[in-house]
Amino acid sequence: MQTGFRQQSLWPVKISSVEEISPGAFLLSFPRNFSFSAGQVLKIALGEKEVPRMYSICSGENDPEITILFNVKPEGSLTPQLSHCKPGDTLFISLPLGSFTGDDQPAWLIATGTGLAPFYSMLRSGLVNGKQLIHGVRYLNQFYFEYELTRMLGQRYIKCCSAEHHDKVFAGRVTDYLRQLVELPSGIKYYLCGNGLMVVEVRDLLIERGVPFNNIISEIYF
Amino acid sequence: MRGILMKQPLFGKTLEELKVVVSHLGLPGFTAGQIAGWLYNKQVGTFDEMTNLSKKARFLLNEQFSMGVSQPVKVQVSSDGTKKYLFGTESGKFIETAMIPEEERITVCVSSQVGCKMGCLFCMTGKQGFQGQLSAGEIVNQIRSIEEAGQISNVVYMGMGEPFDNLPEVLKSLEILTASWGYAMSPRRITVSTIGIIPGMITFLEQSEAHLAVSLHTPFDEERKMLMPVQVAYPIGEVVREIRKWDFSHQRRVSFEYIVFGDLNDSERHIRELARLLNGLSCRINLIRFHPIPGTPLQAASDESLYRFKERLNEKGILTTIRASRGQDIYAACGLLSTRELLKKEQQ
Repeated sequence: MQTGFRQQSLWPVKISSVEEISPGAFLLSFPRNFSFSAGQVLKIALGEKEVPRMYSICSGENDPEITILFNVKPEGSLTPQLSHCKPGDTLFISLPLGSFTGDDQPAWLIATGTGLAPFYSMLRSGLVNGKQLIHGVRYLNQFYFEYELTRMLGQRYIKCCSAEHHDKVFAGRVTDYLRQLVELPSGIKYYLCGNGLMVVEVRDLLIERGVPFNNIISEIYF
Repeated sequence: MRGILMKQPLFGKTLEELKVVVSHLGLPGFTAGQIAGWLYNKQVGTFDEMTNLSKKARFLLNEQFSMGVSQPVKVQVSSDGTKKYLFGTESGKFIETAMIPEEERITVCVSSQVGCKMGCLFCMTGKQGFQGQLSAGEIVNQIRSIEEAGQISNVVYMGMGEPFDNLPEVLKSLEILTASWGYAMSPRRITVSTIGIIPGMITFLEQSEAHLAVSLHTPFDEERKMLMPVQVAYPIGEVVREIRKWDFSHQRRVSFEYIVFGDLNDSERHIRELARLLNGLSCRINLIRFHPIPGTPLQAASDESLYRFKERLNEKGILTTIRASRGQDIYAACGLLSTRELLKKEQQ
């Protein structure tokens, strides 16, 4: 019998809350009884035998609860069901895994949509020094944790919105924002998180603007 | 406004699925085997050509199903005989299929997705983003609808997309290619290539006997993260650890694909780490020349470096070969041609 990766155990946890924080975007929480590094992911399934999906941990390393930020994908196999979970329901999770983890060095964190989750985790874990966050969304109500991020980062929190306008928000996509900058800092790391196309477009743009490719670290949702 | 009801395609269904179809149509159970024979063995283009089916059966199939086969929209032929076929998809995008003739075999390189999610730094397909999954029928159609259909000796899943990100349809396509009621190809003539999605790889190893190829490109975690974002979730060390649990010492093979980039992954340090990573594993490394894509910061290694790298790995006891570059004059590297067509279409 194979005792491989898939057989690595998932164990049950009791959901403590499921909250819709923006239309179609949910924050699911359960008690934390393990340590992790900000930026890591968990495998999650609703049944022990089901094929799990991976989600970035959104909470900080010292928070009492683990939170997961997700968008409901109507055609998805897990998120529609997750959104209907209630406190006390059981969820099956893996140990934290992945190496998309930050450090205390200066860096730009660039995300779209729920790709914000690993960066929010890093920032909540205290990795704030020298960090600049650029978050791209379609609608203004998708700037999750806006108040807290503004408080933590001030002017180093850049909001980009492609479909709606607001005087404190850059009008356009994150690539539009990056393109209009006169200069990009060199010698720092750039962390990208989002769908494959966003990561490829931002990475190409950064490289075109002189950022060495080995300073760019990406996590792609798949 | 009246909705248009799309007929379901029959090509790409497994024998089990065809049995369900004939049962729903109220036809005798043996009809499923007859249909499979027409679809995958005799390769007819219409239901009316399925002459051993009853008139009622042909009428019902015509009424409720489409054949589900399509011809390439474009073919490019290289001076070395390699061909690149471009197939259109329902969504108006393109997928690529390469046919590579060699002395004693014809290899077809099929796509498993439209575009790709994985965003590898050296890959052109990723620049299109992910446009959708291919059905088993659309995968097998790339073998059925090219000029060389019927002469194909080998199939490699190394075209556009990550096969294990579309595992159910890839497994179905493998069943159709290898089953006695399908194309009856030996699984030893089929290789499926992955960037290392471990859960999908395990299911594939359990359910198929085809060969496995893994895109490795560097043995070092931090370097691989820059080249292949998948590394943050599925590190190559864990991929190899999983592979070690399977028997590749007999007929089934595992190979590692390694694009050699100049001044990046072709050093003595890489050779030592590759030898350590693959120590004791019955495998082969295929070295691949890099053909730069637009805007890439990566460069090709020199031939001298490539041959030295190969010799040094062989000296370390790892069977290493250099893959011949084919079809360079027709953009045979996957993603280049379809991206051009996509851009052309968008500009129009």
